[in-house]
Amino acid sequence: MSTSSLPKTPEEVRQRAAVADNRRRQKARSAPRQWRRRGLMFAYIVFVLLPVYWLLNMSFQSNNEILGGLTLWPENFTVEHYAKILTNSSWYMGYINSITYVLMNMMISIVVALPAAYAFSRYQFIGDKHLFFWLLTNLMAPPAVFLLPYFQLYYTVGLFDTHVAVALAHCLFNIPLAVWILEGFMSGVPKEIDETAFIDGYSFPRFFVKIFIPMISSGIGVTLFFLFMFSWVELLLASTLTSTGAQPIASVMTQTKGASGIDWGTLAAAGTLTILPGIVVVYFVRNHIAKGFALGRT
Amino acid sequence: MNKVYNNRAWWLILPMLLLVAFSAVIPLMTVVNYSVQDVFDANTRFFTGTEWFKEMLNDPALQAAVLRQFAFSLTILAIEVPLGIGIALIMPKKGWRASAALILVTMPLLIPWNVVGSIWQIFTRGDIGLMGWSLRELGYSYNITSNPVDAWATIILMDVWHWTSLIALLCYSGLRSIPDAYYQAARIDRASKWAVFRYIQLPKLTNVLVIGVLLRFMHSFMIYAEPFVLTGGGPGSSTTFLSQSLTTMAIGQQDLGPSAAFSLIYFLIILLVTWVFYTAIMNMQKDNNKGA
Repeated sequence: MSTSSLPKTPEEVRQRAAVADNRRRQKARSAPRQWRRRGLMFAYIVFVLLPVYWLLNMSFQSNNEILGGLTLWPENFTVEHYAKILTNSSWYMGYINSITYVLMNMMISIVVALPAAYAFSRYQFIGDKHLFFWLLTNLMAPPAVFLLPYFQLYYTVGLFDTHVAVALAHCLFNIPLAVWILEGFMSGVPKEIDETAFIDGYSFPRFFVKIFIPMISSGIGVTLFFLFMFSWVELLLASTLTSTGAQPIASVMTQTKGASGIDWGTLAAAGTLTILPGIVVVYFVRNHIAKGFALGRT
Repeated sequence: MNKVYNNRAWWLILPMLLLVAFSAVIPLMTVVNYSVQDVFDANTRFFTGTEWFKEMLNDPALQAAVLRQFAFSLTILAIEVPLGIGIALIMPKKGWRASAALILVTMPLLIPWNVVGSIWQIFTRGDIGLMGWSLRELGYSYNITSNPVDAWATIILMDVWHWTSLIALLCYSGLRSIPDAYYQAARIDRASKWAVFRYIQLPKLTNVLVIGVLLRFMHSFMIYAEPFVLTGGGPGSSTTFLSQSLTTMAIGQQDLGPSAAFSLIYFLIILLVTWVFYTAIMNMQKDNNKGA
């Protein structure tokens, strides 16, 4: 080895050490073991994808082909079911309604949860622990328990069959969830930052919007992802609180059960379309999702 | 973090409190109100006291539903927790594979619950479903509408499919937060794979696992849409869980009093379990703070 190849700066030394470390690590993880690992992971992914593939397969077959016999892939490829859903307003309005109340719920939840989470992460006050526990119990509240009272409550205040009703009803579990996640992220921000800002003459609202919110922006992103997730998948309350004006896609899907049996193709196509928004959302937060799932508490 | 004592923090909580109270306290009070009355119509009602509670606690159908519910919740926890930890350990950590695995593993969590039911309904049907058809071709007379064992196994498989991802992702994030130095130290000590798992990875995972078990437990306790779509609670009532019995009673039969009493009992069970977990989490955080 010639002297010219010796590292001269600390960065070079570190780089070399990292390269050598990687090489050693790769050697240590012997090839068969790595392949077994990949094989197991592949098996799990197949297990996850298989039912979804079957749904996709059904959605591209005509009903005659579905009932005519089992085919592993669509032999007479057709998009008739998708065309039906995307051109019939009673179908596609279901998606629009669902997305509308989900977005409304996300807005409401995050706006009221941010200051509340800040209070829980920074201050002690009378009844804070009990209040936090009470919030958590709402996260656990089974929607079935609240079904009937909700119906009556929203009927009485004149909100029945509106998007707002569903958005408010979903606040029951989404606000506590948002407070819980945000509190975890906020506790990770050192308190000295608040104190410095106040000494510099920032008022509380200005500090909160200009300094604090940008600091926890990834936490807010992750929280929004969870709010989307739980509002999007919950359909028991959503379908109870609406009839025709703000019907979520779940209630529309029951239309496929007709007198002549179930319209499997349309059901499959509608199901496939409900999966898409989730995949789009998860694609955007994929780099933060790992941290988010621990609710900022790792 | 040592917090400042300041009661003005209540002002920050207030908007949140009002909203949650609107969706939680008012309906809960309505339920309490119904649970002690016998409602005939809008104007005729009698005060019954604790009669409905006694009736519900002694109702064999509901006792069976409660037992079934616990059996279900414990079974899926016993399967999903170890499986989820395993998946988290083998998930790729870098590059496009990590992103792809994350997206695919997360996918089942983002499917609306009744669609999950529909997916499995299509997947397991004997005539048009891949799984149902394959099992029949293999010679097993698989039928979820007449065989309770098949129905149970299918619902558990469905839940494992649906929710193992949550545990896996929680553990994955827990594992990512372990500094490399710990592994390096373990390598210097020539620690075995098992020792690394037992003394480095598992302790880091306890925090997230408690959250995971709590979330899984309460969600499995509320399970409604998936079995409702897949089996409709049948065959007989072998897969009728608590939520479904309650909904049938409240909406289907309009028995307001009994179903309200039942709701409260149901809620109290969940509250008790939550309290146990909450205390556990709080104690753990206290220990962590002491350690740090």
